[in-house]
Amino acid sequence: MRYRGLIQSLVARDLKARYRGSVLGFFWSFVNPLLLLLVYSFVFSTVMPNTTVGIQPYALFMFCGILPWTWFTASLSEATNSLITGGNLIKKVLFPAEILPIVSVLANMVNFFLGLLILVPGLIYFHKLHLSFNLLWFPVTVLVQLVLTLALGLMLSALTVHFRDIRDLLFNILTLWFFATPIIYSWQQDNVRKYKHLFDLNPFTHLAISYQETLFYGPVGHWKWLLSLGAASVVLFLAGYWLFDRLRDSFAEAV
Amino acid sequence: MTPAIELLNVSKIYRRYGGRQFATLKSALLQRSILRTLRPSETFSALTDVSFTVPKGCTYGVIGPNGSGKSTALKLVAGITKPTTGTVRVEGRISALIELGAGFHPEISGRENVFINGIMLGLTKRQIHERFDEIVEFAELTEFIDAPVKTYSSGMYMRLGFAVAIHVDPDVLLVDEVLAVGDEAFTHKCLDKFSEFRRRGKTILLVTHSLGLVERFCDEALWLDAGVARSHGDPKRVVSEYLMSVEASEEHLMETTTARAVAAADEGVQPPPSEPDATRPPENMFHATEGRWGAREVEIVDVTLLDGDGKPGFIFHSGEPMSIQLKVRAAQPNDEVVFGIGIFSAEGVCCYGTNTFLEEMNPARLAGDAEATFAIEGLDLVEGTYKLDVAVHKRDGAPYDYHRLLYTFRVKSRTHDVGIYRPRHHWTFSPNLQFPAGRDDD
Repeated sequence: MRYRGLIQSLVARDLKARYRGSVLGFFWSFVNPLLLLLVYSFVFSTVMPNTTVGIQPYALFMFCGILPWTWFTASLSEATNSLITGGNLIKKVLFPAEILPIVSVLANMVNFFLGLLILVPGLIYFHKLHLSFNLLWFPVTVLVQLVLTLALGLMLSALTVHFRDIRDLLFNILTLWFFATPIIYSWQQDNVRKYKHLFDLNPFTHLAISYQETLFYGPVGHWKWLLSLGAASVVLFLAGYWLFDRLRDSFAEAV
Repeated sequence: MTPAIELLNVSKIYRRYGGRQFATLKSALLQRSILRTLRPSETFSALTDVSFTVPKGCTYGVIGPNGSGKSTALKLVAGITKPTTGTVRVEGRISALIELGAGFHPEISGRENVFINGIMLGLTKRQIHERFDEIVEFAELTEFIDAPVKTYSSGMYMRLGFAVAIHVDPDVLLVDEVLAVGDEAFTHKCLDKFSEFRRRGKTILLVTHSLGLVERFCDEALWLDAGVARSHGDPKRVVSEYLMSVEASEEHLMETTTARAVAAADEGVQPPPSEPDATRPPENMFHATEGRWGAREVEIVDVTLLDGDGKPGFIFHSGEPMSIQLKVRAAQPNDEVVFGIGIFSAEGVCCYGTNTFLEEMNPARLAGDAEATFAIEGLDLVEGTYKLDVAVHKRDGAPYDYHRLLYTFRVKSRTHDVGIYRPRHHWTFSPNLQFPAGRDDD
């Protein structure tokens, strides 16, 4: 891709600028998910222990879902705003606009990988991680999520230029979406299985399950769903890119 | 030669973003017409059917008042926006000095920003490495290059942006009024850089308000007015045409200012307000504001400013003739009439004042209509806006009709000398003082 160098340096800039001026700096990339983990595991293992019976250690299980989810939501909310905050570039410099949402997604992906640095030692400590071909599903899952996030990011960023209400709408939708996805609870629980068809409609369900299977439970039984989601994501990405391209000329004027 | 930039019948229509842009996302979705809704309802035409070509290696100046579409034209050439109709063709790599440092991120250092900005403008990392020292030196920021950009002053920011953009080594350089970024020394450096570009046969498209720069620097010029190309070709000719039009619109402004002042003063005079104002001048003449007073036994019915050809107007050129014509009407025959004139600068400084009594011309009798003309052989004032007092009064100063600062006129000059009065003068030099040959002084 022609803009690889540009994307690289913008992602690096994004990450550098994010923690510039804060005391802990890059450590926030670790501290943030850790604090989140602490809150959730306190609520679900101490306050309401009944909901999570049979998932041990619960914190680790939840972490497998929360890390990719954080990547997903942070990417989408940043990508949605990216064209507006980067308005200067679009208006004043000849600049391929799609780079802005892409950079948002990639910068958050780097954060996601940093978060893995906490998750992996935990998994090893509790003997959850076994070196096997099973692990090969992990990069596939990441790739599917990347394509899906990029697709949504492109669409949302382009539409937000014209409909600023998307920003507020998105925030609420993401909260709802979080609870509709088996991240803090397991899809194996009976009352979740009852609504399996509904859960299957949620694309992130399949991603979360795939992550949990590769990293936490063991053998991956969900790969059919994962691959179908991957195919759908590619189609969605093309559609998103088409929409973005259609609206491209209006950005410089509407931002 | 193939043109470097070619615009063919280009129009650009912006939609105006008023109150009702999109009602809501919902309505757009319901009508299933996001793309249709994006079509403009109220429009504003920034450029209308503009065509011009810039040959390779040519320096092309675009002038025009604010809002005439100059920047839009530049953005179209840069490819930042697309024309609504018509075609824009540009040959070679473009670098646009439009918004300097547009891509700078305030939190990271100047060094990192140079790299990112350079990459955005199309350089590779290695190319930036090679040019880095040169860029920093040009921007005069060697000491501060590792400080975050947010700590830079606006001048430093602009200089860095300019330095990066100019070191991209484009074939076509687009410049939008950026020479005002630095101090005198930096501006000179920029101009030198432009000259170097010209020598190397690069094409420059320059948008500026500095007409002198266009005359000195450009091979061709284009004058845009309200999105329409009014004239193009030889820069000297285009600039003078533009200046004439500016003068005409200023003339119009002076005319309305004067008309409004006269009208306001007329209204204020009747009915005559409480005793002193209407018939007597204010206590301190030098602090008085505009107005009109007097008993009107003799009335000034019309004041006209005439240029050397006897044409009425409001814009005059320094050193050229000008006359002030007063038309008066006496209600009853009157034997004690003095005509007075005062010229004031915009700050209220009296430049000159006189009357017929001081100059020992005392008309014995005035009946009915009459005219008095104050003719100035050479208007030896520096450039600026001036106001005029005219009056008819008795010998002791009691006014019949006093018009205070009601008339506005403007003196224009190609010399930017200062002060109020320009004495008729010339310079002489001893023969050993050399002047560059071929500089024709106009």
